[in-house]
Amino acid sequence: MKPVSLLFVIGLSAAVTAASCGPKTPPEQPAPQPNADSAAQAQAEAERLAREEADRRAREEAERAARAREAEEAAALARTTEEVRNMLAAMIHFDYDKANIRSDDAGTLDQKVAILQANPNLRIRIHGHCDERGSDEYNLALGNRRAQSAKQYLVSHGIDGGRVETQSWGEERPLVDGHDESAWSQNRRDEFEIIGGGDALVRP
Amino acid sequence: MTAGRPDGRTAVFVALVLAAWPSVRPAVGQDTSAIDRGVRIGIIYRPGVRPGFVLLPRHGGGLDSVRAIVARDLDYSDRFEVITLPGGDSIRLATPGAPPSGPPSRAARPGAVAPARGATATVTAGGGAQGATLNYPLYQALGADFALDVTAGGDTTVVTLHDVAAGGVRRTIRTRLPAPGQADFRQAVHRVADQVLQAALGTAGIAATRILFVKDGKVYQIDQDGADLKLVSASDRQAMSPTWASDGRRFAYMEFQAGRGQLFLQEMATGKRTPVATTGKALDFTPAFSPDGQTLAFSRATEEGTDIYTINVKDNCCLRRLTVGRFSDNLSPTFSPDGQRIAFVSTRPGLPQVYVMSADGTNQELFAPFDYGVTGSSNAPEWSPDGQSVAFHRDVAGTLQVFVLDARSRTVRQLTSVGRNEDPTWAPDSRHLAFVSDRSGYRQLWIIDLDTGRIRPLLQQSGARLPAWSPRLPEATSSTP
Repeated sequence: MKPVSLLFVIGLSAAVTAASCGPKTPPEQPAPQPNADSAAQAQAEAERLAREEADRRAREEAERAARAREAEEAAALARTTEEVRNMLAAMIHFDYDKANIRSDDAGTLDQKVAILQANPNLRIRIHGHCDERGSDEYNLALGNRRAQSAKQYLVSHGIDGGRVETQSWGEERPLVDGHDESAWSQNRRDEFEIIGGGDALVRP
Repeated sequence: MTAGRPDGRTAVFVALVLAAWPSVRPAVGQDTSAIDRGVRIGIIYRPGVRPGFVLLPRHGGGLDSVRAIVARDLDYSDRFEVITLPGGDSIRLATPGAPPSGPPSRAARPGAVAPARGATATVTAGGGAQGATLNYPLYQALGADFALDVTAGGDTTVVTLHDVAAGGVRRTIRTRLPAPGQADFRQAVHRVADQVLQAALGTAGIAATRILFVKDGKVYQIDQDGADLKLVSASDRQAMSPTWASDGRRFAYMEFQAGRGQLFLQEMATGKRTPVATTGKALDFTPAFSPDGQTLAFSRATEEGTDIYTINVKDNCCLRRLTVGRFSDNLSPTFSPDGQRIAFVSTRPGLPQVYVMSADGTNQELFAPFDYGVTGSSNAPEWSPDGQSVAFHRDVAGTLQVFVLDARSRTVRQLTSVGRNEDPTWAPDSRHLAFVSDRSGYRQLWIIDLDTGRIRPLLQQSGARLPAWSPRLPEATSSTP
């Protein structure tokens, strides 16, 4: 039984080999010309070298392209991250002595909700600020309310509160110097700072 | 406004005063007119009821600066009519070898001569046994009730307070002062001024006191007379809300740190500071010492809003929450001097207003009355050292004005209305307030005397704010690191 099967296997593999190698052999390996001169040999050698050189160039070109593609991807990622960071940094503003989110700022906060949802490792700190008109110390409480208002908005839209810290600065860090309503209205604000997971951000 | 004492005087006196008046207190005149415009209620300025005070002019002995500091302290006490002698030397009728000249000489009685230099040797500690007698009738004619003489006796400075009306020496103070320019020189002189005031009126003065304040995020101190401005902040971080312990040896303040506000205690003498125990997450601010110095009340801002807590700073333990305002903020605590009550700010009526509670947080109720929907925000209360009043500021027509609440009757009076005036802090005499005002065009520190309405700038520098007036300072705090 065994010799029979062995024979069968050998025969089968021989057939397979013949089938796969057979057609290639004649064109690829022309019989060496017995009287070929050295020039012809040299030409063949040159052609071989040229082929190798072309292959090498092609490989390098491919690598360059891959690198460029990677760089472009990295740049695109950086651009995206930068873009998302800028979106996240968009401030919201408040009415005098008020801490409620203004309706025109809801969209800005909705965008932050989307960004936080798309980037689950991202953590932020909200800084509440006031204008110079109120009492210096009361403004610390007011700035806290303003930071908490924005945090509550984010939390109520599904963001985990543990990802959002708050800080009040009262009127201690005005964005704009000046003693008129234009300066005051810009200074009554929440700022949004990334404190973790902000190295690579994706668009919502 | 009339000069000096309004009651009957001789023609000589009138002539003297007329001659003297232009140089007497022009600055006060300006400030007074400003406050006359500013004050609506509460200031009753009665010129002439204060005792007249004259500092005997002398020269040499290296005591000019002592005389100048003492004279200014007594002037700034606002308890005297300080009489400036016209022409300086010309009033020194008594000096032998310096023949008197000018109108005052005609008022002098020949023979009533007080030897200037020689007299000091004969002044005795007993006071009453005065070798050199002043020309008391002359000084009485000038409107003086008290006359002060500052002389040198060896390395001792001799300060003699004459009771002009009684015609004798009220008190003689002998003291060894540090050399001018030494760190504790001015405070030592201020203490002499306070002794003089105590001897004259039986009242403690405020000369040996300082005021802490914040400028550019750092804590500074300055003497109550505007001298010796000094940085006391121990770090470069942004600081706020300095407040004194009642022993005058420590103060507390808040400093911004990443994501929070950290409270610190700092020793005046050494500059050593220690953090107050904290959760490490919250924003703690507006610290206030209890009168015994063992408890610190403060505001803590969290997700729930801002509420008042107390902590034992002796053992750095036992944090206790006094207010629970889920939808309102409670902040800026200030202890009554008996330690039984805390006045504070609460936004529970919608806008911040001044409330009061027992020191354990019970019995919370409105303190400073207001008209709902009409009265503006009220903030920054500070209980007076005598317990009778609470000073605070209130939004009036879009700017801030200083008010005083009578703690017993619970009535308020407005002290200022010129410019923006805020963050009042009491002197230990409970009649002077330092506050921040932009009445001169930029925000700086001013002092007002509630009894006379007199107002003076403390510091001619822009940006000074959040002042805290010290208690009467113990001697040890004069030295600094």
